[in-house]
Amino acid sequence: MVDDSSIRALEDKVAELRQMMETGDVDLREEITLLEKKLFSLRREQYARMSDWDRVKLARHPERPRGLPLVEALAEAFYELRGDRMGGDDPALRGGPALVQGERIMFLFHHRGSTPEEQRACRFGMATPQGYRKCLRLMDIAERLHLPVVTLVDTPGAYPGLQSEEQNIAGAIAQCISRMLALNVPTVAVILGEGGSGGAIALGAADRVLMMENATYSVISPEGAAAILWKDSSSAAQAAQALRLTAPHLVELGFADQIIPEPVGGAHTDPDKTADELRSALGEHLRALSSSSLDELKALRYKRYRNAGSARKPADQT
Amino acid sequence: MPIRRDNRGRYVEVEPRRAEETAWLRCRECGELVFRRKLKETNHICPRCGAYFFLTAQERIASIVDQDSYTTLTADYTSTDPLEFVDRRPYQERLDEAQAITGLNDAILVGRGTLDGSPLLLAVMDFRFIGGSMGQVVGDEIATAVERSAEEHIPFVLVVASGGARVQEGIVSLMQMAKTVATRNLLAEAGVPFIVVFTYPSSGGMLASVASLADVTIAEQGAMIGFAGPRVIEKTTGERLPAGFQTATFALEHGVVDQVVTRESLRAELAKALHVLTGGAHG
Ligand SMILES: [Zn+2]
Repeated sequence: MVDDSSIRALEDKVAELRQMMETGDVDLREEITLLEKKLFSLRREQYARMSDWDRVKLARHPERPRGLPLVEALAEAFYELRGDRMGGDDPALRGGPALVQGERIMFLFHHRGSTPEEQRACRFGMATPQGYRKCLRLMDIAERLHLPVVTLVDTPGAYPGLQSEEQNIAGAIAQCISRMLALNVPTVAVILGEGGSGGAIALGAADRVLMMENATYSVISPEGAAAILWKDSSSAAQAAQALRLTAPHLVELGFADQIIPEPVGGAHTDPDKTADELRSALGEHLRALSSSSLDELKALRYKRYRNAGSARKPADQT
Repeated sequence: MPIRRDNRGRYVEVEPRRAEETAWLRCRECGELVFRRKLKETNHICPRCGAYFFLTAQERIASIVDQDSYTTLTADYTSTDPLEFVDRRPYQERLDEAQAITGLNDAILVGRGTLDGSPLLLAVMDFRFIGGSMGQVVGDEIATAVERSAEEHIPFVLVVASGGARVQEGIVSLMQMAKTVATRNLLAEAGVPFIVVFTYPSSGGMLASVASLADVTIAEQGAMIGFAGPRVIEKTTGERLPAGFQTATFALEHGVVDQVVTRESLRAELAKALHVLTGGAHG
């Protein structure tokens, strides 16, 4: 959707006029403003027409605000904690205490990296057992020090590799889900970009689940579903639609509480504004959660996940 | 893949479409075609190479509990098809067909019984039903069984035969991981023992949730235990996987299970573990 030719042409034209204004001695501000207005409305129009598959691409956009840079933009101060204390540290799944609007928070977040080297080191945000075990350690700290836990989920999935299996990736994910459900502090999960499968739910079973407008959350990637069910990887767009993985679907299904708006064109078009929106949503939900007693919170949390996506009971059938 | 005779009398592998079970099965280890009725006599072990064919949920239950002690608690839940999912076929059609072939509502049976006189709550998965995948029904059945087990202080035994999450239920199937784990914490609060048995296969979202959180974990010989399938791993990482990858022995060597047992000795192994964990309180 981003490569729509009329938008490209307008963008080029605006750039050209700016260039002319800088080098020559002509005042083209009026023309530029006019074209920019037109560009904005085109973008908005196109944005409104986006398919679910377009959103998948936005969720994966290389310039999408995410990871360490986003946490640093959200927080006045952040102190990263590293290592699982069992033999390693995973750069793809990180965390530490932070101050956001003067309040203490324990952040846990996927990190994809920005340079090609960093992206390879982070395996494009696919975390290992070491990453999930680090999260267990950080959740213990959060509980001891009474810090609410905020997770920023952005992963294609947990890392499928020989070493992951040798180190029991499935067990590490299960323990993360379990620890998070049992935490004696409030929890908020933000589905930031891609909420991919077990690697995402490991940090997703929170008191509140927020979704960025263009984030996706699914049990399998559209490509994976296309390969398995359509036997044809070119059916990914169709699979994306069938999986109902976008934010409005998640709210409708009752698994997400709020959609955090993104700038027209997607979060990457205005990272500062994106961070502001996210910060204010987090503040709001954390304040609401802190006004409940821990017993209330945990009872609601249990009910929420116990009743998530219930089957049809015989009594329901008529 | 089931085997049947085509109209020229040849044996061919077919998609399990028709609402009946085929008479012949191919061994996934040695390729031998085995007559289904013959398998019943051999405890579903390949007469040629000793590989394990999967057991149906009913067969597995019968192999574990004391005779005539089992009563079903299966609540006859059915999937709501929450996404109204259609791929090349509607999900509802796949469900109808799996129900017709297996006689089950979904991929799990839960019930109570005794093992050497000691009571247990038992949840047993059935690989025939859409690969034993976990969707709403499996999630709810496990949650209900676990709640009952915690309330009544009766040990909970889960026998896994699952390829992972029910893809056709999308995000709803992912939520079942959280659901089953949430209820598992009730067993911990009540101090009730939880035993998991891994069989072929134990993988994906099923493995990455309640199945990995037992007090005692036993693998049946011939089980496949792993989060991601070998093909996914090879495709993503380019790694060459060692022989014996994700076998029961591999799981034992890497600290994922407490014990590997043969099919014949599973019952005795469970009895032994339950006896110690409950202090023989019900013996
Ligand atoms: Zn064989």
